[in-house]
Amino acid sequence: MKNFTYAAPRNVADAVRLAGQPDARFIAGGTDLLNLMKDGAQSHGAIIDINGLALGDIVQRNDVIRIGALARMSDVAAHPAVRRSLPVVSEALLNSASPQVRNMAAVGGNVLQRTRCGYFRDSGTTCNKKAPGSGCPALEGENRGHAILGGSDHCIAVHPSDLAVALLAVDAVVLTDRRRIPFADFHVVPGTTPDQETVLGHGELITGFEIPVTPLAARSRYLKLRDRATFEFAVVAVAAALNMRGDTVRDVRLTFGGVATKPWRSPEAEEALRGKPLTTTTITEAGRALVRGAVTRDHNAFKVDLVQRALDGLLRDLGGVR
Amino acid sequence: MTADSEYKRRTVLKAGSAAVTATLVATPAATPAAAAQTDSSSVDMTLRVNGRDHRLAVEPRVTLLDALRERLDLTGTKKGCDRGECGACTVLVDGRRIKSCLTLAVMRQNVEITTIEGLVRGDKLHPLQEAFIRQDALQCGGCTPGQIMSGVACISEGHTRSADEIREWMSGNLCRCACYPNIVAAIQDAAK
Ligand SMILES: Cc1cc2nc3c(=O)[nH]c(=O)nc-3n(C[C@H](O)[C@H](O)[C@H](O)COP(=O)(O)OP(=O)(O)OC[C@H]3O[C@@H](n4cnc5c(N)ncnc54)[C@H](O)[C@@H]3O)c2cc1C
Ligand code: SF4
Ligand code: FES
Ligand code: FES
Repeated sequence: MKNFTYAAPRNVADAVRLAGQPDARFIAGGTDLLNLMKDGAQSHGAIIDINGLALGDIVQRNDVIRIGALARMSDVAAHPAVRRSLPVVSEALLNSASPQVRNMAAVGGNVLQRTRCGYFRDSGTTCNKKAPGSGCPALEGENRGHAILGGSDHCIAVHPSDLAVALLAVDAVVLTDRRRIPFADFHVVPGTTPDQETVLGHGELITGFEIPVTPLAARSRYLKLRDRATFEFAVVAVAAALNMRGDTVRDVRLTFGGVATKPWRSPEAEEALRGKPLTTTTITEAGRALVRGAVTRDHNAFKVDLVQRALDGLLRDLGGVR
Repeated sequence: MTADSEYKRRTVLKAGSAAVTATLVATPAATPAAAAQTDSSSVDMTLRVNGRDHRLAVEPRVTLLDALRERLDLTGTKKGCDRGECGACTVLVDGRRIKSCLTLAVMRQNVEITTIEGLVRGDKLHPLQEAFIRQDALQCGGCTPGQIMSGVACISEGHTRSADEIREWMSGNLCRCACYPNIVAAIQDAAK
């Protein structure tokens, strides 16, 4: 790890000012940033420790739950309001990383964690995300873990956050020191600039998330499939939120992890269900709609089938369909 | 293991790491040792470990794990992966378990840090340490301090209602010797 200067501001204004330096970076839990710096995938001249800012609260006011950017994954997962009103968020967090990492990592840092693509994290290889224009060895190389949705000829790396998939399913809004960003607009697909992963500006501070409390979010669930039972990133993950009127799907959110370059919402899959009964036929149609635009590579074609099965299993469970 | 033999083992390890440092200095540029020579901006800090304040000066990039092991000679905390993946470096901060390889020493001032060395009370081992011995929950011992620190927290969190629950909540600690059944048994034993 290259050396850096260190500052621990006590208020947002100071933090943002310090982070305006060209080579500055915030540190929250440090659980991704320090790994990236040790691996040489990133280096920064100035590290701004934001743990002294008062951004750790989780509060419900009327029909909105506000989660501070510095709230730890473990505390958010265990919070009664989150468990009651946003079960998908709690489940996604409890299925992430390990108890120790969840005690350290903050939710603001979580949605900004970077891909686990092995080429990206290996300082000895080329990679468009790490060094723009240097090429993408994953396209023809080891791509079992890579995306089938949202990729480009420049990058097919999967966004690794479970929490982000859940936040997308419950219509979260990202709060920063200067604006509000709907979660759906926060992450961007790689296109020709895979080094650009969000719309956040340099030195812009996430202060928290706002999530509306709705019947839809209250009936939500997370299913994560991985190569070992636990303490592993998703091969495929599905978040679903469901609001039924009798036998008919009144509203639904379907979001996906492990298969796409950003936390992925499928309006097409949702449309296949909205206003219809939840049956084997409509669930199958939703799965087909999801993968219609999928682009597979040598080793990841299995995800096309797997993600449809995961969606099927989760929707049957959530909707009580046999 | 007697205190005597432990001391000898530590001495051997220290001699080993000194040799490594010497060879690194001989190679140019990006080695940690060479970088340290070009930039000496150390930070003065106080770390409160096992109930004692330690004053030290280290560069901001030094992890809590390296500060504990290399500066405070608390080598009970182990370095396995240095990437958050194995749990060998687990310590408690204000009673909560964390991985000390994923945090900077400079970020952990004004908190109470507990390492494996801080579990004994005089000559008496911690109940979970005793349970590890009773249940034969270690072979090489490389993961054991981390397992025990994580297990202490697992018990205080109340995540010990079943073997499955213990396995899930101990999943951040890997054991190359695969002592898992015995580790679960030791935690169940101590949680009683
Ligand atoms: C072994 C291991 C296993 C893991 N498994 C999983 C898993 O299964 N699922 C999963 O989802 N994640 C997993 N993770 C990733 C983990 O969840 C992230 O590393 C963590 O959430 C990042 O949060 P942090 O607070 O540590 O961020 P940091 O590492 O401190 O920061 C990450 C990035 O966010 C920026 N940042 C942080 N806070 C802010 C803010 N408020 N405003 C603006 N920028 C900010 C930093 O500058 C940095 O660029 C795993 C990590 C490890 C080490
Ligand atoms: S998939 Fe993206 S992150 Fe991975 S090597 Fe290609 S450009 Fe880099
Ligand atoms: S050394 Fe910290 S988790 Fe492996
Ligand atoms: S006892 Fe050898 S690694 Fe666990």
